[in-house]
Amino acid sequence: MIASQLPILQVIVPLIAAPLVLLLRRSGAAWALTLLVTWSMFAIALVLLAQVMDGGVLYYRIGGWAAPWGIEYRLDQVGALVLVIVSGIGSVVIAYARASVEREIDSERIYLFYCMYLLCLTGLLGIAITGDVFNLFVFLEISSLSSYVLIALGRNRRALTAAYRYLIMGTIGATFYIIGVGLMYMQTGTLNIDDLATLIPAVADSRTIHAALAFLTVGICLKLALFPLHMWLPNAYAFAPSVVTAFLAATATKVAVYILIRIVFTVFGGVDVFAVVPLVQEALMGLALIGVFAASSVAIYQNDIKRMLAYSSVAQIGYIILGISLASSTGLTGGIIHLFNHALMKCTLFLAMGAVFMQAGGVSIRHMQGIGKTMPWTMAAFVIGGLSLIGVPLTVGFISKWYLILGVLEKGMWPVAGLVVLGSLLAVIYIWRVIEAAYFKDPSNDTITEAPLSMLAPMWVMALASVYFGIDATRTLDIATSAAQTLLGGGAP
Amino acid sequence: MELITGLFNYWVVVFLMMIGFYMVISHHNLVKKIVGLNIFQVSVFVFYISMSKIKGATAPILADGIEVYSNPLPHVLILTAIVVGVATTALGLALTVRIKDAFGSIEDDEIEAMEIEECVAEDVDANGKEASP
Repeated sequence: MIASQLPILQVIVPLIAAPLVLLLRRSGAAWALTLLVTWSMFAIALVLLAQVMDGGVLYYRIGGWAAPWGIEYRLDQVGALVLVIVSGIGSVVIAYARASVEREIDSERIYLFYCMYLLCLTGLLGIAITGDVFNLFVFLEISSLSSYVLIALGRNRRALTAAYRYLIMGTIGATFYIIGVGLMYMQTGTLNIDDLATLIPAVADSRTIHAALAFLTVGICLKLALFPLHMWLPNAYAFAPSVVTAFLAATATKVAVYILIRIVFTVFGGVDVFAVVPLVQEALMGLALIGVFAASSVAIYQNDIKRMLAYSSVAQIGYIILGISLASSTGLTGGIIHLFNHALMKCTLFLAMGAVFMQAGGVSIRHMQGIGKTMPWTMAAFVIGGLSLIGVPLTVGFISKWYLILGVLEKGMWPVAGLVVLGSLLAVIYIWRVIEAAYFKDPSNDTITEAPLSMLAPMWVMALASVYFGIDATRTLDIATSAAQTLLGGGAP
Repeated sequence: MELITGLFNYWVVVFLMMIGFYMVISHHNLVKKIVGLNIFQVSVFVFYISMSKIKGATAPILADGIEVYSNPLPHVLILTAIVVGVATTALGLALTVRIKDAFGSIEDDEIEAMEIEECVAEDVDANGKEASP
């Protein structure tokens, strides 16, 4: 009985828990409930992933209403993987959150943080599981609105303006998205993803559908911070509370990438978008590559390490989009696996920065001096995350870069493969700056001590995961490959 | 002529959309930006509603002597979108109030100048301490 209801639980449970947290008010109780909810969501997501890997695409009719009339939930491999990423990162970050949040957010506002965290989780999970393009918009706005609030909780006053700018950009992105949905509805009369996939090929040549695709792509690219639409991201990540940065950096942009994948390969699955519509592929690939270089170069000059990592996120999004724009099985596998891998490494890095922020009082390059001696465990986790970001063998970063380069070479684009490697070298420079300060400079303040175990443990779970999945990538590769094949098969199971 | 009268509602939508979008981009005042954002969103609402309206059709309630019904679905969708829009506006205005408290201004260019000042101060701080360990 319960087993058949699992897909809806992913959305319902955090949605109901959010107002409960609001009623609880006490920060300890709020934290405990949030922890319980996120961990059980992670367990359910793992079960769902196993089910999807065994039995193919999973459907759930809300209220028993059959598909094109009722809203349908639809879970395939890539959706299930995104569910696991979001709920997994959510569980790790929430375990870490307690100590960090007490330090960074006013005590009377802590329960509000947990409430918003749960709402954000609801939205992100909902996007991954829904089979209805308008329902997706609603979840997108739930997650976006709560993330604006989460960012604005930062102590620095610049967090407020960062949240405001994100709100403006995010709303424009979401509105572009519903314009696109509206245009598709005009031509097909349906909002269901599967239904759209079958109806769109017949009208794919019309100007309306081309316009719809343009609006959808631009809107989603605003949300996923593809260069040059990334302007909201660096400040939002730099000034948000550390926990929020770690959570959003690892999930929010990934989920936006998922929407792009869903639109291009499922909704437009019956049409070869990149062949039919001119310039989409070239534009995505070009912007992805420029993004890698522009963002990595800017990252090198940042003194604030959180902002440096934020720019590096923009660059990593570039790699993911590059994989998607190849539209080949290997390229898409590379993009999807980088979704997972990048979530692991960025989460590690931002969690380490959160610990440094808590113990040293800041995360500028000056605060990093000698941290390798005073906070050895935190810094070691940072080094693992950093190596992974560069793409050193035996870390997850290597696996995704390997597949991306394979995908590029399959298409015979040698120069692009060179650029991917060159981009990784830029990552070496900015990660090295931090390592140099942390290990080769004397501590400016000897009183700094190691972070508490409640923060170290989640950080190390992430760091070890990024090594484990770098050494034994068979499982993640299986999932990513089968996800890519399902997507390229036109969305049909 | 057909281009103007036949597609009149779409012209209105495009016109509103561009006004709203232009306001968001060009105005420095944070409240005016939100007003622009609202106009931008409303244009999309109008687009959805006019798309489902059929001339001479009525609400989708079964009754004798009525043959043509308008499509109610886009109207319902827009109810949801309006709620989202209200929430966005409320949050945007709340942030503006907090920004006014924190910066003493709601002019984007003035706030940005203050932010750049802060950034430069931090950089000098970081580099200065770095030079003399």
